[in-house]
Amino acid sequence: MIPVSDKLDQFFTEKMKEYPTRRSFLVPMLLYSQDEVGYLSDEVIAYLAKKTDLTELEVRNVISYYSLLHTKPMGKYHIQVCTNISCMLRGGEEILEHCKKRLGIGHKQTTADGTFSLEEVECIGACSWAPALQVNYDFHENLTPEKTDKVLEQYRTKTG
Amino acid sequence: MADLTSHPDEIKIVSSRFGKGAADIEQYLKLDGYKAVQKALTMTPDNIINEVKTSNLRGRGGAGFPTGMKWSFVPKDTAKAKYILVNGDESEPGTCKDRPILEHDPHAVIEGVIIAGLAVGAKIGFVYIRGEYRYLVDIMRKALADAYAKGFLGKNIFGSGKQFDCYWHTGAGAYEVGEESALMESLEGKRGVPRIRPPFPAVVGLWGGPTVINNVETLASVPHIILMGGQKFADFGPPKNGGTRLFCLSGHINKPGVYELPLGYPLKKMIYDVGGGIPNGRKLKAVVPGGSSTFVLTAEEAEQMNMDFDSFGKRGEFLGSGGVVILDDQTCMVKFALRVMKFYQHESCGWCIPCREGTDWLKKTLTRFHNGGGLRKDIDNIKYLAQGILGRSFCPLGDAAAIPTISIVDKWRDEFEMHLGGRPCPFDPAAKITELPVVGAH
Repeated sequence: MIPVSDKLDQFFTEKMKEYPTRRSFLVPMLLYSQDEVGYLSDEVIAYLAKKTDLTELEVRNVISYYSLLHTKPMGKYHIQVCTNISCMLRGGEEILEHCKKRLGIGHKQTTADGTFSLEEVECIGACSWAPALQVNYDFHENLTPEKTDKVLEQYRTKTG
Repeated sequence: MADLTSHPDEIKIVSSRFGKGAADIEQYLKLDGYKAVQKALTMTPDNIINEVKTSNLRGRGGAGFPTGMKWSFVPKDTAKAKYILVNGDESEPGTCKDRPILEHDPHAVIEGVIIAGLAVGAKIGFVYIRGEYRYLVDIMRKALADAYAKGFLGKNIFGSGKQFDCYWHTGAGAYEVGEESALMESLEGKRGVPRIRPPFPAVVGLWGGPTVINNVETLASVPHIILMGGQKFADFGPPKNGGTRLFCLSGHINKPGVYELPLGYPLKKMIYDVGGGIPNGRKLKAVVPGGSSTFVLTAEEAEQMNMDFDSFGKRGEFLGSGGVVILDDQTCMVKFALRVMKFYQHESCGWCIPCREGTDWLKKTLTRFHNGGGLRKDIDNIKYLAQGILGRSFCPLGDAAAIPTISIVDKWRDEFEMHLGGRPCPFDPAAKITELPVVGAH
């Protein structure tokens, strides 16, 4: 009983053939497993360790290096606000503070209903369209506090 | 979202297909797509390399190493499999130029990879895209599938009898992985800890085989070089600094955006003409010329610089990644130095002491300093710590942390002194003192 869908498992098996070693596709597999399951649970880690012929410790060792990978659940919508230089110069810190106030949570915290989590992140590659944030993988750019409210509303109403 | 902007001074080569739907392979073919690789299939490997050498194309990721020379380092006779690896881990603060290439012209990257493979005898390419750029991974996946479907990739490319396979790969959040040896470690399924050099990737790379690692923009430039000829590309820029490149304007500027300009373009013109100058009636204070890892320029210095590798190299400085960040006269340079150091401290892989300990110590010192707890000796100590990292770390991330810090302390010492004596930050009217100076504190 694997913790990911058969479709995802098949996709991993096929992609792994493109590499000369079993562990090469591990980082993408961790990310795509997290996308499906919500976080890297003990079951997912055990599954990927088996699939790549690594120990669970070796897999956890890799996980701890990469900032997009989480071993506990984030919110359904993970808000990542950049405060690095180009965004900071155009109000990125204010956008972060605005999100903290609106959501009532801080850095790496999740709302009680599990809808939103918040993280202050490093440069996401939106410098010329700053300030910017990502909600999961979606970019939201050229932000103001008002536009940020609209972004949050957009996702809030998705959960109904 | 990631809107396109333009300016009459632009010379659109690598951005010539932006906004024209060229991610779709049929559209790409209508816009001279895949003509370059077909021409390259009629050339010898040495001819391809010579064309790229003639073009004076230099790495667009930040280091500016001559591309043709890098390719020529790959051994001709070897039993090991050779690889082309696209560095799509764009994460240098201020840099957002590979993103529009991957979005608007992914096939140009694929074409560049195949041509590089023909030049060095590699039959496999990997396109590594940072984890945050998921929508671009999706675009690249489709582009690769479409290229395979048309027989442009696979066992018999363009009916030539030659084989070339190209695969996509993604990261999961790590700036250091943009360093070429850490990139290989990540692609091999490990923590992105760098490798010792020598040997260099062109000789010992992925899974021990010779590997050419190039930035997205570097490879996307290659098909244009093959079609127009290396000399024509070279002539857009000054000697040894060929062609055009994408510059990302950001920060306190009226018209932020990604602009393609010739190497050697005057930075003053870039700021006031292309960028439309500084908003809110303020004046220029400082410029980050090419990503946070470069020496920060004063306004006076910036207004004299031409944007090519050697103009900076002559001064012992770096053109960098194309990320041009503009700071106005209301920017606190101490706060800026702190934010930059927070970034490097966070992204340090932790492998070597100078970087791991140095960035941590600097972040703590700069934090205390900006919060009001600074002593005069801290100013010299900040420079001393940064110099202690420079040239002593296992990979260039340590240097990248030290370089901006040293330039900010050297050029804006007066701003550091304004923060002494428990005074709040002079640029932030709402600043609160959270620490008081304590003699004997680090």
